[in-house]
Amino acid sequence: MHSNGLFLKDVAGFLGSYYAGLAIMNAIAAFFIWRRKNRIGEAGFWASVALAMLVLASLAMSGSASSVPHLPESLRKLVNTLSGPVNYTAGTTALFAIAFVFRKFFVKPMVAWTVFNAALLLMGLAMADENFASIVMKPDNVPIVGLVFLLAFFTWVATKQAVENDERIAQGLPPLEKENDEKVLVWPDLVYTELICMVAVSAFLLAWALLLPAPLEEPASSVKTPNPSKAPWYFLGLQEMLVYFDPWYAGVALPSMVVFGLMAMPYLDFNKKGNGYYSINERKFAYLTWQFGFLELWIMLIILGTFLRGPNWNFFGPFEFWSPYKVEVLNNVDLPQMFWVNLLNRPLPRVAADAPWYAQIGTILLREAPGLVVMAAYLFLLPPLLAVTVFRKYFAKMGLIRYLVMINLMLLMLSLPLKMVLRWTLNLKYLISIPEFSLNF
Amino acid sequence: MAIGETIRNSQIWKSIFRHPMPLDRRNRIVVMLTNFFLHLHPVSIKKQGIALSFTWCMGGVTFFLFLVETVTGVLLMFYYRPTLEWAYNDILALRDVTSLGVLRELHRWGAHAMVITTWLHMYRVFLTGSYKPPREFNWVIGVILLLLTLLLSFTGYLLPWDQLAIWAITVGSNMARASPLLGYEGPGQQLLTIGGIDMITDGSDARFGLLGARFVGEETLNRFYVLHCIAIPLAVSLLLAIHFWRVRKDGGISGPL
Ligand code: HEM
Repeated sequence: MHSNGLFLKDVAGFLGSYYAGLAIMNAIAAFFIWRRKNRIGEAGFWASVALAMLVLASLAMSGSASSVPHLPESLRKLVNTLSGPVNYTAGTTALFAIAFVFRKFFVKPMVAWTVFNAALLLMGLAMADENFASIVMKPDNVPIVGLVFLLAFFTWVATKQAVENDERIAQGLPPLEKENDEKVLVWPDLVYTELICMVAVSAFLLAWALLLPAPLEEPASSVKTPNPSKAPWYFLGLQEMLVYFDPWYAGVALPSMVVFGLMAMPYLDFNKKGNGYYSINERKFAYLTWQFGFLELWIMLIILGTFLRGPNWNFFGPFEFWSPYKVEVLNNVDLPQMFWVNLLNRPLPRVAADAPWYAQIGTILLREAPGLVVMAAYLFLLPPLLAVTVFRKYFAKMGLIRYLVMINLMLLMLSLPLKMVLRWTLNLKYLISIPEFSLNF
Repeated sequence: MAIGETIRNSQIWKSIFRHPMPLDRRNRIVVMLTNFFLHLHPVSIKKQGIALSFTWCMGGVTFFLFLVETVTGVLLMFYYRPTLEWAYNDILALRDVTSLGVLRELHRWGAHAMVITTWLHMYRVFLTGSYKPPREFNWVIGVILLLLTLLLSFTGYLLPWDQLAIWAITVGSNMARASPLLGYEGPGQQLLTIGGIDMITDGSDARFGLLGARFVGEETLNRFYVLHCIAIPLAVSLLLAIHFWRVRKDGGISGPL
């Protein structure tokens, strides 16, 4: 199914008001820059952006489907072919890395405003694609679009202050927060802020509720399984992990460890700096670990699971039709198979079903020896090795127990991206596969 | 003016509000100390502790959304019966018949919003390093609140009893089937046998405990309804009380020393 006239007529009204909204937004920005900052050139630029948005708005509402602004077909095809779990994960990680390294540049208000506008424009153009729109506008998916923009905005707010503070600290000044040390009365200063927040949130929620009806599908039927069957959106990161791990790990062990790790965090982070103000340089290790875990392994996986996983949990590009007939070749192999059969050219170690129990266990251990060795090295060799090299200072400061908890949580967290890479490069299915005990890893 | 004066001087008004209008400095202090709702707050506070750029007001917004969910949720309970016969039809009626059916939208989008604002609140607490001493334990309470918020949302997801609902819960709860030792498809459950009798079956494992049945059915609906409307909100309320109390006891909103 490709964008057809009927669909475009449907979204034309929405897109028209969308672009009109962008025009108003930029006009206000231009006015602000002109009157408050007195930077006429910049103001003129944003005023012309506002005008351009108005043109887009009138094009969208002109009544002819072909004039609705959209991305060229060839570009959408290209995006579809280029997108896949590998490029998605590598690409988003690279984007985060770039944003981090050049954070001083990206926190400049005008740069951020440009990026924001570009993102909104791209979103509008993409919405003229039927497949894209049908996924993004699904009522339960709308909050995730909001989440993405909110996270981007607040990350910017926080990074801007952190960059400023880091510069001040480098010059020997206290963080900005310290300047606001004086005490004020809670009534009126805080109470009124809270009141305004409440009114704003109520208004926002009311508008949302009036504009977007809550979904209600057909009555429940335990025989008609929908394809794809998805958990609620905030668990889709976990569901996406099922591609790489068995449910006992992706759905039970790892989430428990995430909760435990979050709780343990304040007791593991021995760095006394960066308490009560925004800063990055004073706590780089904690900051990067958190951002990787939260933004990449939690949020980005949710977006992948929600927007890019279709029937049979196959991957679909953002402009691709969710066909239930898409076939993905699965030729993943277990490590014992790779080791014994492919490498040594021997059959997998086997034992007769009526052999005594120790022979059974022994055979399993032998068969799984390659995976067990890898796991043992990862879990038992790596921690001491890291303790005397990369983490030497950490180990000295944390002591044995805290170090062990920290390093094991790190290794568990990293098990996900590592398994992803192994899957993509070697087609590895399981490192260890013991069906006798339903234990696959 | 005069009417306002009369009302504010009446015995009824004075019996409700234990303080005069907070118009001057003295009474602005008094109001914080003598009003039940306001005494959650301190009397005065560091300016940076209330800067929007610092807290984003996210904890406050999350709490407000919890209150919105409580009110709309109670009203929804008037219209909704958690049985196979009625659940879906009652939701249908909220859409098509009930004049205040928009309650359902408020409740559903409010729930999504609360999940998002909880994450954003946690994000800002991390980014300002506010989990560091002496606030470690309040962060731990926060993590439990986060978990409970997700569970609130998850249990509520089932109640409309449509295809979206039961399959999302089916997919979600299938994980419990794979719990190590305690799920009947989980690793190591084969080890739990007594005298050759399997202890962990699809009728006794972790998933059964969650669903009250072998698959998502009427027992599950009842169980999730009770969890959603009573058990989890009570737990959240208690933890919120501790959370707010600890914010005060830990020295108020964090700031540079
Ligand atoms: C139901 C969810 C929650 C509600 C309603 C809530 C509410 C609040 C409120 C109103 C504050 C005052 C400061 C502010 O607004 O930022 C606060 C502070 C705090 N919250 Fe939460 N919270 C929730 C969940 C969490 C979570 C998930 C965490 C962390 C995992 C957390 C950790 C903290 C900490 C450490 C503070 C003290 C921050 C400081 O002093 O700067 N809370 N919370």
